Amino acid sequence: MFKLISQRVALGLLTLLLASALIFLGVEALPGDLASKLLANNATPENLAALRLELGLDRPMLVRYWEWLSHMLQGDFGASLSNKRAIIGDLGPRALNTFFLAGYAAVIAVPLAVALGIIAAIRQGGIFDRLVNVVTLFSISVPEFFIGYVLVMLLAVKIRLFPVLSNVTPDTDFMQRLYLTFLPMATMVMVVVAHMMRMTRASVLAVMASPYIEMAILKGLPKWRIVVQHALPNALAPILNVVALNLAYLIVGVVVVEVVFVYPGMGQWIVDSVSKKDLPVVQACGMIFAAVFITLNILADVLAIISNPRLRHPR
Amino acid sequence: MNDNRPKQTDRQVLRVDNLRIEVKTDAGPGPVLVDDVSFTLCKGEVLGLIGESGAGKSTIGLASMVYTRSGCYITGGKIVFLDNDLRELNSDQRRNTRGVKIAYIAQSAAASFNPALTIYEQVCEVAVRHGLMNFADAKREAIKLFRELELPNPDTFGDRYPHQVSGGQLQRAMAAMAMVAKPDLLIFDEPTTALDVTTQVEVLASFRKLIREHGTAALYITHDLAVVAQIADRIMVLRHGKMVELGDATQILQHPTQEYTQKLVAERVAASTHEFVESDESGEALLKIDRVSASYRTLVKVINGVTLDIRRGDTVAVVGESGSGKSTLARILVGLLPREEGDIRFAGESLPPRLKDRSKDQLRRIQMIYQMPDVALNPQQTLLEIIGRPVSFYFNKSGDQVRQRVTELLRQIDLPESFITRRPGELSGGQKQRVSIARALAAEPELIICDEVTSALDPLVAEEILRLLKRLQDELGVAYMFITHDLGTVKRIANKVAVMLKGQLVAFGPTPKVFAPPFHPYTELLLSSVPEMRADWLDEVLAKRRQLV
Amino acid sequence: MRLFGHKLTASAQIGLVIIAINVVAAILAPIIAPYPEADIVGTAWGPPSAEHWFGLDNLGRDVFSRILYGARMTIGLGLLITLLAFVLGTIGGFAAAVLGRWVDTVLSRLADLMLSMPTLIFALVVLSVMGTDIPVLIITVGLLYSVPVFRLARAVAMNIAVLEYVEAAKLRGEGLWWIIRREILPNALPPLVAEFGLRFCFTFLFIAALSFLGLGIQPPQADWGSMVKETGQMIALRPIALYPAGAIALLTIGVNLVVDWLLAIHSRGHGEEV
Repeated sequence: MFKLISQRVALGLLTLLLASALIFLGVEALPGDLASKLLANNATPENLAALRLELGLDRPMLVRYWEWLSHMLQGDFGASLSNKRAIIGDLGPRALNTFFLAGYAAVIAVPLAVALGIIAAIRQGGIFDRLVNVVTLFSISVPEFFIGYVLVMLLAVKIRLFPVLSNVTPDTDFMQRLYLTFLPMATMVMVVVAHMMRMTRASVLAVMASPYIEMAILKGLPKWRIVVQHALPNALAPILNVVALNLAYLIVGVVVVEVVFVYPGMGQWIVDSVSKKDLPVVQACGMIFAAVFITLNILADVLAIISNPRLRHPR
Repeated sequence: MNDNRPKQTDRQVLRVDNLRIEVKTDAGPGPVLVDDVSFTLCKGEVLGLIGESGAGKSTIGLASMVYTRSGCYITGGKIVFLDNDLRELNSDQRRNTRGVKIAYIAQSAAASFNPALTIYEQVCEVAVRHGLMNFADAKREAIKLFRELELPNPDTFGDRYPHQVSGGQLQRAMAAMAMVAKPDLLIFDEPTTALDVTTQVEVLASFRKLIREHGTAALYITHDLAVVAQIADRIMVLRHGKMVELGDATQILQHPTQEYTQKLVAERVAASTHEFVESDESGEALLKIDRVSASYRTLVKVINGVTLDIRRGDTVAVVGESGSGKSTLARILVGLLPREEGDIRFAGESLPPRLKDRSKDQLRRIQMIYQMPDVALNPQQTLLEIIGRPVSFYFNKSGDQVRQRVTELLRQIDLPESFITRRPGELSGGQKQRVSIARALAAEPELIICDEVTSALDPLVAEEILRLLKRLQDELGVAYMFITHDLGTVKRIANKVAVMLKGQLVAFGPTPKVFAPPFHPYTELLLSSVPEMRADWLDEVLAKRRQLV
Repeated sequence: MRLFGHKLTASAQIGLVIIAINVVAAILAPIIAPYPEADIVGTAWGPPSAEHWFGLDNLGRDVFSRILYGARMTIGLGLLITLLAFVLGTIGGFAAAVLGRWVDTVLSRLADLMLSMPTLIFALVVLSVMGTDIPVLIITVGLLYSVPVFRLARAVAMNIAVLEYVEAAKLRGEGLWWIIRREILPNALPPLVAEFGLRFCFTFLFIAALSFLGLGIQPPQADWGSMVKETGQMIALRPIALYPAGAIALLTIGVNLVVDWLLAIHSRGHGEEV
């Protein structure tokens, strides 16, 4: 089992490395080079050469990739092209904001989705299950920004419970933060709960259809014990997997929600930087998102390995 | 067996009156699974429920615990257990009957044990959860049962997880799980069907010992008359959810009164008589397999140095238990798995090891028929397309000629001409298997490989297929290589037999010779493990095995 | 009403009606739209009236007309991308399943790699470099979405390829193309059609998200996602953003209803109502 886990982790690290190479090369593979793209119309041979030197474009690609990667590992993401400031300075608070929002949403969404999913599975075909089915179909069909705007309409405009925009600054205290970010959090919860719940329900149902559950019924065990003792240990692996995958989705889905609420996180920044063609910032934010996403994916697989009794107790 | 049959004065454990079970769907009522079935069961008595698939025997077994699978409902009748009608109990009372007073032993222990819990946790669960014993007592009881069931290392057996023990052991552990709360009634639902024949004997023996020593009443569900003969005091024959006949085991097995039962018994008797097909050595050599070996990606050889030959008009049976390599041999023959050593000569010429290196004509001359007719035929094609494709592919016939040939083939396999436009979904299992035969014949082959072609079919249907194959052989002179685990089939159809064990051929020759002394020890073990309808068969086998040890 | 030889359920009928309305709107937009797509026909943020059913947007364009034109862009682009993803994905998936060996290994590893990266982030990086032309958009998203299609097509084809009727065809000596076309494809179709519907939904939700972020369809062309972006900031004043967003939701629900029905008839098995 240890071998399997280390294999998975190694594969994850390799994926991360490849992702970094893709993000780096994506920028390098520009038709024409970065300098001419940046200067566009005001490109004279002189200032082109100057910019190339400034960006270090005169050295081989592999060397620059290595530099970029090793600097990044030491926390040096380079400087933004638009305001010339070190990226790390702005990245810290923004990353914190993003993780705060995603974490806030996860803390609410995960228990809610898993609980609802299990209840829907146990009461399969019942009114609760059907209701949940309709609601999740609806929320899967609706784009995040739509949910965001509807929530703004209802809870910030019609009833003035929450602010329209989530303006947080580094000085905002914790309780204030929870209040200001309530609407974006709620938006993300609504999107992610539906997905997570559907998948949880499906994995519990798959387990509940196994012959050993029928056997447990025929042993005369009470329903709650069948679910808790016989179904859950086997459904755990798929559920953990579902949770980790949805958290990965959450961290990326945060991009759209941050734009809706003009929330000063990494998502909004990466979108801004894409339109400004501030490539170092795009690379930096892209790397962080990719790293979190890949880590959560690894975590999902590792948890699945650990919770498999056949792997935990080999022959 | 008659000496320990219960007296009529014994206490009645279960009485089922006019039981009716139906399927209900959203679209309305579905088929009736069980219709007007009644029986009684006394203490210490074993009632065998026998029938083909769809006879409703498992449904009745589960209904005795007032349990139905999803979509099925008990719509009529009484299920009286120790003076209480179980249908009138509330759900808590039902729960307290299940596992404690009536226990269930399923077909597949591998699927019925929870992979996440140890065997102890699952065996002791019933007794502990229903408050009959504490865990330590239940564990002691479990160890006692493990010992009775002759499980290895009974003191530590329960600490293991289900995937850590063998299938036969797990099946016995399930019996321990059922017995731990000392129930009054046991329900065995095809408990040995998934096992190899040699394992089946031992498991069957331990079940019988358990029932006799504890004096428990039991319902024993199976499709095999010979198995039920070893264990049941009385037998009920079911068909399409209705009772055909109910009587003493000896009466049913020796003097059945109903036509259907007579057919079933006759089929089983034919399977276990020792009249062999005489070997005819006149045919010219067709296939020579010479010291062939092969392996999958691992280094272990799955087939090791096998040599055998088939003459025109021969039926060579290849027998062995699961994992013996008999199907692999067929895959090597057709080129799906390239041989690594040795040679295969067909009608004088050496066949290339790989499928893709063989000529169209080489491919045409060896055809194959599969075990599962459901997946052997493309559900999206009509019979015209399925049977006609080899005709147009190998012989370049026009559309009209193909249609004519398909009609002819349909006649040969006794299917009406009008079936030509049907798709496999509209046929029964036996009809589908006939279509598979027609598809093989359409290529006008010289050798047909039959891979377990009857094992997915009910016995009477299987017998018809065997007869059809025999008739076609007489008409067309085609040779068969008959891969099977069922020795009864072998005796009836094969003039030669090859016995395989762990990838090697342990015996090969004319059937009467291989199946008569002096035996190869494995052939003898295999042969003696095939259940026979004589009630004393099991005792004989066990006695013989004890001598050998 | 019946389709594919099966009776349509009520919800599938509703789904089909929704899809039909959308398709008609997309095709006939230039004829039925009361105003041109990009013309300023009144004051910005004008309220709904008899002339302008849904009101006017941030520049004074007719919202109703832009929704009709937006259907064109959104559905057309969605279909085009989904088609591209399907052509690439199914060819790759079938090839991997039938050929096996190194073809399968290489393609599957590549797919694993692509799936373990966040799609949106990847698209953002590509778009920031390549610019936001429509062809770039189509190729990028089409490529990204061919990966899950590949996985499904491979799995479905693998399941069918191990069945004995396919083995029988191989033993007969049939060529690869015949086996794919006659034995595998007809049996793989129902799950693939369902996946097409789902993928189409994902695609245009994704395009909508990109447009909403200002990285998809560029103004003045109308597209539901960018319309939400243009009008969303002022949702407190006029809830115009709800119309295009609602249109997106409605179409997705419609497709989902039909997909659910398709999956249900598939899992019930075929042949019973042929």
